[in-house]
Amino acid sequence: MATQITPPPLHVEIGYHQYLDNDGNPIVELPESANDLERLRQLLRTMLLVRTFDKRAIALQRTGHIGTYASCYGQEAIGTAIGDLLHPDDVLLPSYRETPAMLMRGATMTDLLLYWGGDERGMNWQQCREDFPVCIPIATQCTHACGVAFAFKYRQQPRVALCTLGDGGTSKGDFYEALNLAGTWKLPVLMLAINNQWAISVPRAAQSGAQSLAQKAIAAGVASEIVDGNDLIALRHRLALALERVRAGEPYLIEATTYRLGDHTTADDASRYRSDEEVCQYQAADPIPRLEKYLQARGAWSEGEAQQCLEQCKAEVEDAVTAYLATPPEPPTAIFDHLYARLPDAYAWQRAQAQQGGQGCG
Amino acid sequence: MPGNGPRRSREDRAVAEITLVEAVNLALARVLADDPSAVIFGGVFRATDGLQRRFGAHSVLDTPLAENMIAGIAVGMAAQGMKPVAEIQFMGFIYPALDQMLSHAARLRNRTRGRLNCPLVLRAPYGGGIHAPEHHSESTEALFAHIPGLRVVIPSSPQRAYGLLLAAIRDPDPVIFLEPKRIYRLIKQEVEDDGQALPLDVCYVQRPGSDVTLVSWGAMMHETLQAADELAAEGIDAEVIDVATIKPIDMATIADSVARTGRCVIVHEAARSGGVGGEIAAQLAEHSLLNLLAPVRRVTGFDTVMPLLRNEKVFMPGVERIKTVVHETLEFS
Repeated sequence: MATQITPPPLHVEIGYHQYLDNDGNPIVELPESANDLERLRQLLRTMLLVRTFDKRAIALQRTGHIGTYASCYGQEAIGTAIGDLLHPDDVLLPSYRETPAMLMRGATMTDLLLYWGGDERGMNWQQCREDFPVCIPIATQCTHACGVAFAFKYRQQPRVALCTLGDGGTSKGDFYEALNLAGTWKLPVLMLAINNQWAISVPRAAQSGAQSLAQKAIAAGVASEIVDGNDLIALRHRLALALERVRAGEPYLIEATTYRLGDHTTADDASRYRSDEEVCQYQAADPIPRLEKYLQARGAWSEGEAQQCLEQCKAEVEDAVTAYLATPPEPPTAIFDHLYARLPDAYAWQRAQAQQGGQGCG
Repeated sequence: MPGNGPRRSREDRAVAEITLVEAVNLALARVLADDPSAVIFGGVFRATDGLQRRFGAHSVLDTPLAENMIAGIAVGMAAQGMKPVAEIQFMGFIYPALDQMLSHAARLRNRTRGRLNCPLVLRAPYGGGIHAPEHHSESTEALFAHIPGLRVVIPSSPQRAYGLLLAAIRDPDPVIFLEPKRIYRLIKQEVEDDGQALPLDVCYVQRPGSDVTLVSWGAMMHETLQAADELAAEGIDAEVIDVATIKPIDMATIADSVARTGRCVIVHEAARSGGVGGEIAAQLAEHSLLNLLAPVRRVTGFDTVMPLLRNEKVFMPGVERIKTVVHETLEFS
């Protein structure tokens, strides 16, 4: 047998998928799922609800009612598509801007306000209980997704682990190490890189010399593509196809291109590092008006409905805010009660001290 | 291989004289045989020798070499109710995994208020004295002992390795299991493969005594016990405690011993400043001051970079140093 140490040359192509232009006009033949107007109307409502929620959450931060908050302004379509297509028994491993997906999978707005308001109970959701909580250390959730996907494969369950990360996250070893393992072990994991052009203050061009983030999968033997992340119709179709592949046991990477219209978080002021002109330019690609215009053209949405929907969203958000503000904090001992399955005896006296009111340990 | 050949206990279970590394292998095999949710991966010291052949490549896994990834997938598996037992080849390479242990494994239960938990075990051979290359000899257990939510467990003998590893794997929370590689093959002990775990979070009084309390763990238990033997010949009766779980520390056992002896010497291989010995000494100062007849003393490695093999012995605490410090402690007035 001939010995071959040099692999054959590689020819790869990475697809880019956009179905609607910024004005909601089809630019390719649309998939069948684009005709499910009732479902699209529901998803539009979710996007409007999340935008309303984000605005309210920022206002709550400004008035001292919650801590630092990361909104998903401008990238609502991505989380919405995930929430729409991921099965309840799949596992989502989010970063921190996937609010629509978390809400659609059963986290409540009150939960999320609790979390951002500084209460750990906000990550103790009553549904999709195997989903991972918000992940702040960048890209570290990618290897968790591989571990979750391994468990599915090990138990021969047709389930998918889906993790999201940002453009900045694709620079980290965690991402590459996870991608490499996913390709080696053929894990049912879908990595969704949300390229919103800014890693806090570092622009995409300063993040990587690679032409696309999707192509980073090639070296790992993982298939990938780029999708317009502000085009809900393209996202839903491409994500559905990708999930099918992943469920059959093939890892996949999607780069969803979008633009972070807001600040990184409430602790950030994006005007210090990017121009208004740039932001205005991307406002035109906002996913919400795009879907509204598409539905209007199909006779499935109107100004009046939009107005009515917005009023409902505001009322729903206010209910959640009221519930959040009415939730008393956990007792001081709560900081000990989930540290271990059973608190080691060595720390019993510290818990007793916390119970007396805290002020630290001593 | 067993020194005196296998024999049978009353329960008709195999009892063999085995080394510490063989005891680790025995415990891993026991877990793989008993628990279908257990998977193991990683390793270089033959602690996992033969396991892939016996239990199959689906639960004894070869992974790409990436320590951060190894710890990260263990978090994901554990959150799914599996029992991942991951091995880092040497403690010197564990640091990429530190982020996952600190930022996720130790916090997952707390930050989801118990919705998810993380019953993983991260094993690593550690410590000096085997003339290993650079980065292969450090003892940095204190880095992990500082992390709330973790357990750090260190065996000092084959029996303890078997029982504590079983306990670590069955524990519902993440455990760092550090194996003193200098004594991997130094001594043999009869270990009954009975599936019995030893308790975590407790110190083991290895040798009772009344004049001074010697506290140690891992490979240094052997120098400490030898010092105690030699001191006994001088008429000094030392109590020797194997801390075994260095996070959380069972201070009750140590304080109880010090209440009887009034004197304490802590022996560890790790660098001195910020070591676990400092924590034990601080707790004795806080809670046992009036029982102390002399200052608590430490015999430790130096606050230097671990020397390469030519000067390794300079760094490693030895029997003579331990005895000298015990004498000074006894002479204090």
